[in-house]
Amino acid sequence: MTAARRWGVRWLARAGLVVVGLLVLAGVWEAYKSFGPAAGVTVLGATILPRTTDAAMPHLSSVGRAFSAPEVGGAITFGPTTSVLDSVVDACLHTLRWAAVGFVIGVVVGLLLALLMDRLVVAERALLPYVVLSQTVPLIALAPLVTRWGQGSSIGSLQWQPWMSVAVIAAYLAFFPVAVGMVRGLKSATAVHLDWFRCSAAGWWRTLLLLKLPSSLPYLVPSLRLAAAAAVVGTIVAEISTGLEGGIGRLIITYAQQATGDPSRTYAAVLGAAVLGLAAAAVVSLADVALWRYTRGGEA
Amino acid sequence: MSTTGATTGATTAPAVEIRGVSKTFTVRRGAVVALEAIDLTVAPGEFVSLIGPSGCGKSTLLRIIADLLTPTSGTVEVGGKTAQRARLDQDYGFTFQQAGLLDWRTVRTNVELPLELHGVDRATRKARALELLELVGLFDFAGHRPPQLSGGMQQRVAIARALAERPTLLLMDEPFGALDEMTRERMQAELVRIARETSAAVVFVTHSIPEAVFLSDRVVVMSPRPGRIAEIIPVDLGDRTEDTREAPHFYATITRVREALRGRTVPDAGALEADIRADVAADSNTADTNAARGAL
Repeated sequence: MTAARRWGVRWLARAGLVVVGLLVLAGVWEAYKSFGPAAGVTVLGATILPRTTDAAMPHLSSVGRAFSAPEVGGAITFGPTTSVLDSVVDACLHTLRWAAVGFVIGVVVGLLLALLMDRLVVAERALLPYVVLSQTVPLIALAPLVTRWGQGSSIGSLQWQPWMSVAVIAAYLAFFPVAVGMVRGLKSATAVHLDWFRCSAAGWWRTLLLLKLPSSLPYLVPSLRLAAAAAVVGTIVAEISTGLEGGIGRLIITYAQQATGDPSRTYAAVLGAAVLGLAAAAVVSLADVALWRYTRGGEA
Repeated sequence: MSTTGATTGATTAPAVEIRGVSKTFTVRRGAVVALEAIDLTVAPGEFVSLIGPSGCGKSTLLRIIADLLTPTSGTVEVGGKTAQRARLDQDYGFTFQQAGLLDWRTVRTNVELPLELHGVDRATRKARALELLELVGLFDFAGHRPPQLSGGMQQRVAIARALAERPTLLLMDEPFGALDEMTRERMQAELVRIARETSAAVVFVTHSIPEAVFLSDRVVVMSPRPGRIAEIIPVDLGDRTEDTREAPHFYATITRVREALRGRTVPDAGALEADIRADVAADSNTADTNAARGAL
């Protein structure tokens, strides 16, 4: 069995486990809904398990049915949609686009910061605490600030668009794992390797290109995966807090407001958002395939 | 081997010239003198080993020659240039105890790396790398990745890589220290051959007395705290073969080096050799040999 095939089998097994995990989760949901008390479980007045009424926990089948229900809300205006599924997919694609822009900005900023921190010890000491601190600022507080800064400004002849604020906020979340992961990755080259490059009269740039970047790749892929998920979450939160319409974040709110009697739609939209995050992380994982061939080498 | 050095004709300057070199490291509680008043000249094509207990500064000295460290005082010249100039001009190749290959490159592209760093074109690089892999007996492994090779093979790739720029000097920091005894002896024989074929001078740091004696034209015995040269012992064993390891003079020289390491000098190697010859005659089985090696 070649290494490539072993690797394929491992991925199949992993995918199988994901399916099993989803089935177990669905089973637990339905079992609790069937056998749990309608009023939920409360201990000393605090609800620790939710109510099992249809309004709180719809059957998974009704969430499924909700996807094919006709769209009634007027708020979803991107494209002529006919069913909830269409709306969710459409909204997800918009969110994905904004998230992708935020992801790219975040990765570039994160990489540049990591390079700077690797090059200058001073920069690392000065910057790293703030990089960590940046993630403690609540996004909700950030959203109006970014929107205000953006308003009226322009990049060249390009007028600032509301979605750009959303992308910037997504980038604000996405840069962090890349910066932190890559600082470690760039430092992962061993002393022997660094000495050898110095003996070979290799300058900073060559050492970076031929030694430091390749040896940081095992750190890069997990960072990118985190950044992708963070970009999606950041986009959804930013959509809601900046009031941008057309994306999945906004759709969740819209459905929630309509969902007085039937929460299935809200769950349908939430499910869509979850799938979106997973899809983004999965796309980045494809980079792992290329990386695997690069670092461990296919059988020549 | 020192005679082959003359045939290079590339330079008449010594391969390495160290004059009055001292090195002091500043640590939290004051200063540690790692090296003191080192004078050493290595002729072109000469094989010199540095041997001594841990902390005698032999690796430090090697790193100073390589311009990985700067001496606190004194001067180092490599082929008539400053150590820094020699490093930038790639006049020496360096190998470490760990092979230090890049796992994401093939064996061949690892050997090509120094040439790639200095802008040699692809075709020339490849031809030179294959030539070097032939020299170290790994031609058939050109397409493999380093993790697929044994420790000894990886070290041979590292030696090939160090030779890529046709250096006139090889600096080797315990390159065989992590290898088993069998592999180690094979590698020593290989190195003797490679040094002869490339006529490069070698400065070789080791912990092993027989290794130093087998390989070298001269063995530099160092003593610790502060690191100094205790004695320089010439080795006159002619062309090295596997029989060299059984030769009485080989043992006599080993004993001399060991005595020097203990801080005693044996003035007359000839008398010692006669003693050992008598011993070997009396007990011709290999137990003696093993005991002699085991004692090291």
